[in-house]
Amino acid sequence: MAPGWPWYEHRGTRMSKVRLLVGTRKGAFVMTSDGKRESWDVQGPHFAGWEIYHMNASPADPNRLYASQSSSWFGQVMQRSDDGGQTWAAVGNQFQYEGEAGTHKWYDGSPHPWAFARVWHLEPSLSDPDTVYAGVEDAALFRTVDGGQSWQELPGVRTHATGPSWQPGAGGLCLHTILIDPGNPDRLFIAISAAGAFRSEDAGQTWRPINRGLKSEGIPDPNAEVGHCVHRLAAHPSRPEVLFMQKHWDVMRSDDAGDSWQEISGNLPTDFGFAIDVHAHEPETIYVVPITSDSHHFVPDGKLRVYRSRSGGNEWEPLTKGLPQSDCYVNVLRDAMAVDDLDSCGVYFGTSGGQVYASADAGDSWSAIVHDLPPVVSVEVQTLP
Amino acid sequence: MIRVVLPSNLRTLAGAGKEIELEVPGQATQRSVLDALEERYPALRGTIRDQTTKLRRPMLRFFACEEDLSDEAPEAPLPEAVATGAEPYLVVGAMSGG
Repeated sequence: MAPGWPWYEHRGTRMSKVRLLVGTRKGAFVMTSDGKRESWDVQGPHFAGWEIYHMNASPADPNRLYASQSSSWFGQVMQRSDDGGQTWAAVGNQFQYEGEAGTHKWYDGSPHPWAFARVWHLEPSLSDPDTVYAGVEDAALFRTVDGGQSWQELPGVRTHATGPSWQPGAGGLCLHTILIDPGNPDRLFIAISAAGAFRSEDAGQTWRPINRGLKSEGIPDPNAEVGHCVHRLAAHPSRPEVLFMQKHWDVMRSDDAGDSWQEISGNLPTDFGFAIDVHAHEPETIYVVPITSDSHHFVPDGKLRVYRSRSGGNEWEPLTKGLPQSDCYVNVLRDAMAVDDLDSCGVYFGTSGGQVYASADAGDSWSAIVHDLPPVVSVEVQTLP
Repeated sequence: MIRVVLPSNLRTLAGAGKEIELEVPGQATQRSVLDALEERYPALRGTIRDQTTKLRRPMLRFFACEEDLSDEAPEAPLPEAVATGAEPYLVVGAMSGG
């Protein structure tokens, strides 16, 4: 998502540094550059050998970072840094569902007990460094208010009346997107694969599905209230009621906080994909990385192209300068794109091939910060004074 | 004194060396050894066994004296050689690679 949110109110003050937080299948990397974003210092791997699904920073204290570290062997570990990623300490890692966990549907349609697997996404509070939301697999929302020492479930998501009908996507039943309305922190948006998007008006206590207008051919009722494989939501901080969505197939837009959606795929070469983000200063400028299909998780035609719309969708232009345009077959995952808040908006994304690309000119041209990391799972960026 | 050997990812997490020496009060059992291990290295909580049920994580095994103790009762006494420190207690991750 756009980590420019916390600094949005301060836009116009001189920003001189950016810090990228990159999670990979085999460790975490912290990359820094000055405002030119031409040369980079790369530190890592932190937590070598572990999967880092996500790292994120507190808007209220940019040196406060959180990282989700996991392993199929050793489970979930949570890490916290108080010095901008130079040193880390493990914090609480117990994620226990409130009460009876219940069941959701398994891939074959049978009831399957809800079971915690890992934390997919961390979304720190806009105002309190010790408060962080965590989206987990199997889909649920947790929150810490003590800097990660303990985590409590906000069970209204998992216990939603439609919960028993949710089925996992190929990656698991994951709650992977959390957006906080900067003007009203009690309003939250989340997305779950493959349940859909949900909105809360009471700081996560209760939720309603916001999927009207989505159409998914892979489910029995293509227009169902829930069951859609939403891959990612994004919004600009100045207009939190305007949501953009990369669905399994289809790029969508809502102008009423998710009450209704319209397709904006337009002239994209394919509207399958994972990542979507919004320009830091132009709320109608959005970015996606089209992926060939759900069976071919790589970019079409061997060409790595970011597509940009300056009209809020439907009309898209390929951005290719500096990106490989032959023999390229990488993927870009849902949490692996971010934008900075400098005057010339920087855009960043990481690939399954271990490249992290940066554009210091809103996508007009790109260069690789690194070429050979482990597969990149997540990218966040901080704009620092 | 009990000697414990962890897989490398857990050694890194704990900030521990290749072999850990633990004083375990009372009879040495798998449960008492793991309790003492987690007491000294809180970062390991949840990575070897579930924090609530205390069940072993499915892709880990416990070996000692060339025996697989993974499915033994957690309260069963460990072999004398482990209890005296002559042999280490091994926490092993299931083989991966290929």
